[in-house]
Amino acid sequence: MKKQTVDSRPAGPKPWYDPRIRSLFFQFVAIALVFWGGWTLVDNTLSNMESRGISTGFGFLNETAGFGIIMSLVPYDATMTYGRTFFVGLMNTLLVSAMGIVAATIIGFIIGVARLSSNWLVAKLALVYIEVIRNIPLLLQIFFWYFAVLGSLPSPRQSVEVGGSFFLNNRGLYLPEPITQDGFGLVWGALIVAIVAVVGLRTWAKRRQLATGQIFPTFKVGFAILVILPVLAYLTAGAPLEWDLPALKGFNFGGGITIIPELAALWIALSLYTASFIAEIVRSGILSVSKGQTEAAKALGLPNGLTLRLVVIPQAMRVIIPPLTSQYLNLAKNSSLATAIGYPDLVAVFMGTTLNQTGQAVEVVAITMAVYLTISLTISLFMNIYNRAVAIKER
Amino acid sequence: MGNTMTDQTQATGSTGPVPSQKDDSSSAIIRVESMNKWYGDFHVLKDLNLSVRQGERIVICGPSGSGKSTFIRCINRLEEHQQGKIIVDNIELTDDIRHIDTVRREVGMVFQHFNLFPHLTVLENCCLSPIWVRKTPRKEAEEAAMEYLERVKIPDQANKFPGQLSGGQQQRVAIARALCMKPKIMLFDEPTSALDPEMIKEVLDVMIELAGSGMTMLCVTHEMGFAKTVADRVIFMDGGEIVEEAPPHEFFTNPQEPRTQKFLEQILDH
Amino acid sequence: MAEPMLKPPKVAISPLDWMRQNLFSSWYNSLLTIVVGYMVVTSVGPLFTWLFFEATFLGDEPSDCVGTGACWLFISQRLNFFIYGFYPDEFQWRVDVMFLLLAVCFVPQFIERFPGRKWFGLFGLTGLPVVGYFLIPGGNFGLEIVESSKWGGLMLTLILAYIGIIASLPIGILLALGRRSEMPIIRGICVVFIEVWRAVPLITVLFMASVMLPLFLPDGMNFEKLMRALIGITLWQSAYMAEVIRGGLQAIPRGQYEAADALGLGYWKKTGLIILPQALKMVIPGIVNTFISLFKDTTLVLIIGLFDILGTVQSTVTDPAWQNVAIEGYVFVAFCFWVFCFGISRYSQNLERKLDTGHKT
Ligand SMILES: Nc1ncnc2c1ncn2[C@@H]1O[C@H](COP(=O)(O)OP(=O)(O)OP(=O)(O)O)[C@@H](O)[C@H]1O
Ligand SMILES: [Mg+2]
Repeated sequence: MKKQTVDSRPAGPKPWYDPRIRSLFFQFVAIALVFWGGWTLVDNTLSNMESRGISTGFGFLNETAGFGIIMSLVPYDATMTYGRTFFVGLMNTLLVSAMGIVAATIIGFIIGVARLSSNWLVAKLALVYIEVIRNIPLLLQIFFWYFAVLGSLPSPRQSVEVGGSFFLNNRGLYLPEPITQDGFGLVWGALIVAIVAVVGLRTWAKRRQLATGQIFPTFKVGFAILVILPVLAYLTAGAPLEWDLPALKGFNFGGGITIIPELAALWIALSLYTASFIAEIVRSGILSVSKGQTEAAKALGLPNGLTLRLVVIPQAMRVIIPPLTSQYLNLAKNSSLATAIGYPDLVAVFMGTTLNQTGQAVEVVAITMAVYLTISLTISLFMNIYNRAVAIKER
Repeated sequence: MGNTMTDQTQATGSTGPVPSQKDDSSSAIIRVESMNKWYGDFHVLKDLNLSVRQGERIVICGPSGSGKSTFIRCINRLEEHQQGKIIVDNIELTDDIRHIDTVRREVGMVFQHFNLFPHLTVLENCCLSPIWVRKTPRKEAEEAAMEYLERVKIPDQANKFPGQLSGGQQQRVAIARALCMKPKIMLFDEPTSALDPEMIKEVLDVMIELAGSGMTMLCVTHEMGFAKTVADRVIFMDGGEIVEEAPPHEFFTNPQEPRTQKFLEQILDH
Repeated sequence: MAEPMLKPPKVAISPLDWMRQNLFSSWYNSLLTIVVGYMVVTSVGPLFTWLFFEATFLGDEPSDCVGTGACWLFISQRLNFFIYGFYPDEFQWRVDVMFLLLAVCFVPQFIERFPGRKWFGLFGLTGLPVVGYFLIPGGNFGLEIVESSKWGGLMLTLILAYIGIIASLPIGILLALGRRSEMPIIRGICVVFIEVWRAVPLITVLFMASVMLPLFLPDGMNFEKLMRALIGITLWQSAYMAEVIRGGLQAIPRGQYEAADALGLGYWKKTGLIILPQALKMVIPGIVNTFISLFKDTTLVLIIGLFDILGTVQSTVTDPAWQNVAIEGYVFVAFCFWVFCFGISRYSQNLERKLDTGHKT
């Protein structure tokens, strides 16, 4: 069939009719365009920066930053460098992303399963949640939690208080901080022993099941071990834990752990928003397991619980995990909305304040984008590995 | 759905017309007595009566939509019936989950579209239920599974995944999987109709071999050759009713009902 | 056979039965129903009271808001600002005309049997931006110029989302074709472009557009803030668009390519006449979905100082003349977005269902 077109051509194709030469030519043009565009940009940028007196290079990372950051996981003060601000911002981004991913996953799975519940009220409520939350911009939700909800909390003096140790006010949520005393090592030790024991128990139970067919309630017993052992150790060591309670000092609270309202608002909004997407993913993942599969399992006499555990969930997870990871990625990217309410994440601290003070837009933007690119490429890499592992099994 | 229906089942079950087969049915492994089923307002199964002895092989045929699948699926309660009785291996199918699970352990089923578990290997497919339901040690279960896979002539595929097999091979795995539970009864719902012609024979051969071993079988199929060779009785269904019930030679040579005659004409033409 | 029984044992399900089946089918379902039901009742009541029963709807002064409910006066009094931003009152008819045209083009898309609705849609994608280009900024046909710094509110939100989608569509198509090209260098360039944009958050793109674009351009050439934001949004969105369209291209069976080759069509004819029309039709739901997320994402422009609908509300809720109207403001914006997004997503779900069946037959 293809020959027809060839036949109608003159015998030896002229160079510009030869597809290979054409293709080379187009690619050459493309490269030339990219280089020309890139060179123009660099040239313009350099001359613009020169005329505005902006310095270039990454030397600014060693200069003193001179501004404070309201929250930092690593020691930081204004005398430290811009390099340090970058690190503080990065840690804060990772913190809120990790917190958000955990919460969004839990809420999302609960809502997704609730959506399929046989209980009409629960199913409809889950539907309402999904349809309302995912159709409202995330930034608006962040504002709502930050300005409308947390902002209207009472001042520190009128804090909402639970048992003299938890305080909630418009400066944040204050929690008691556990401070370990001598002898707490015993508890850690017990915890490690318990974990080892549970792993051992699992292996043993599995081996026994393979050998004798008897099924051991690993989950319940393992859970009991995990709780009881550390508690016993804690009691034998004479309760070696003290709590640093937050207390009102002057106009504000001191001591304990503080969750600043910026973090709380961002965390709540990110989790609830992403959960609504995760819920849909979970629902369609479960629905993607065909009815024939559950029927076959039932026909084999598997009870409902086992059908779910051995047949439905393993298949649903393969459908759920790829879009789930992309939601995690979205959450990490969306955490940059922190800027809007002043939570000191990477974008706010680095692309915001640092950029404003140094004016070195190109370097700062490049570094920030490189961070997000790294995060996203790492996750896609793992995703591809996972997909390949699953794909081999399939066919 | 369940709760409200049971009351009805029991109420009408005891007062309903007593089927004639009742007398010789004490030895029957499956008893269906004036069973009715509705989908909403649609009356799918109308007053079905059937009694199957141990070791009997029954072929059910009938036009599309006549309720064959629905009927056979009622026997291991993949579908609920709303009136009448179904007694399998002396256990009546009601809403009681324990009864349903017991019955399902004794009844194997083979589906039109195989329904193998794609995430498990052939061997794992076969061992899943013996290990988790029968609580057989893994090694024993695997040995038994290999035996059955040999019986269906694909022991060399044991470690492949279902997606890597042909349709005929998949269906044979599905038969082996059902047999691994050592069921007393096997149900087949059009096991060959999703297969290419050249694969039908390999599946039928396995089924014929199984019939020869004395397994009680209920088989929905349009393979009339199979019916002639192995069936003790052929049941013809139409519009949710059992229209005719006869041994195969009688059924094929001398059908009584006009509807059966018409159906046979059509099917034998092709 | 025995006497035919034509009626199922239970014909009509009474409300009581319905409740037993769907709410109280087991002890934990009953418990769940009671707990959840209690929570719903205790929260919906006060919510409605606040939203409607105790709310103030009439009046024209902040001081008219006396009830314990919502103060909707805040919305009705500032509505003009929320919709048009600083667009001068006497020229607002121009914006209204655009709103009307927008509705005329796209409302028929929701009505199954509207005659010629395809043409309305096509005009919406091609003619409408041209009309808007002359009408909104003015400067031609004797229309007074209205600078883009005066645009704001809902109108700006729509402009951003609409132009973002329309401009990113052709770029996205080219990128998607490039990514599937057989020329390794072209493919490489497209892959890098797409993946870089998709990896970074929109905020960084907007920041980049607002601080770096001026640096990239030669001296004396510059764009207004809105234009810069639009460039950023378009580039970013085109990467997403490219991935959606690539999905469609991949879904086209090989046979179509081969059939086109067999007809002796060149690359562009093959792509333009055979492949793209099918692929685009298939990905309309996908495009609609990206539109929805872009629509929500346009709110981010307030971070670089543009007054979209959320920006206008955010800047007024702190107005000292009005006390504690933040929630009212947010509820209003949320409602606007929700109506748009929910409506459009329903539309795309319908479309998806229809395309699904269309492919099976
Ligand atoms: N879940 C259901 N809801 C409503 N009606 C159903 C349902 N399942 C089956 N039916 C209807 O019940 C009737 C019997 O269906 P069934 O699948 O038992 O037919 P069949 O004899 O197996 O046909 P085939 O030879 O095509 O498999 C059909 O008319 C079908 O439309
Ligand atoms: Mg059938």
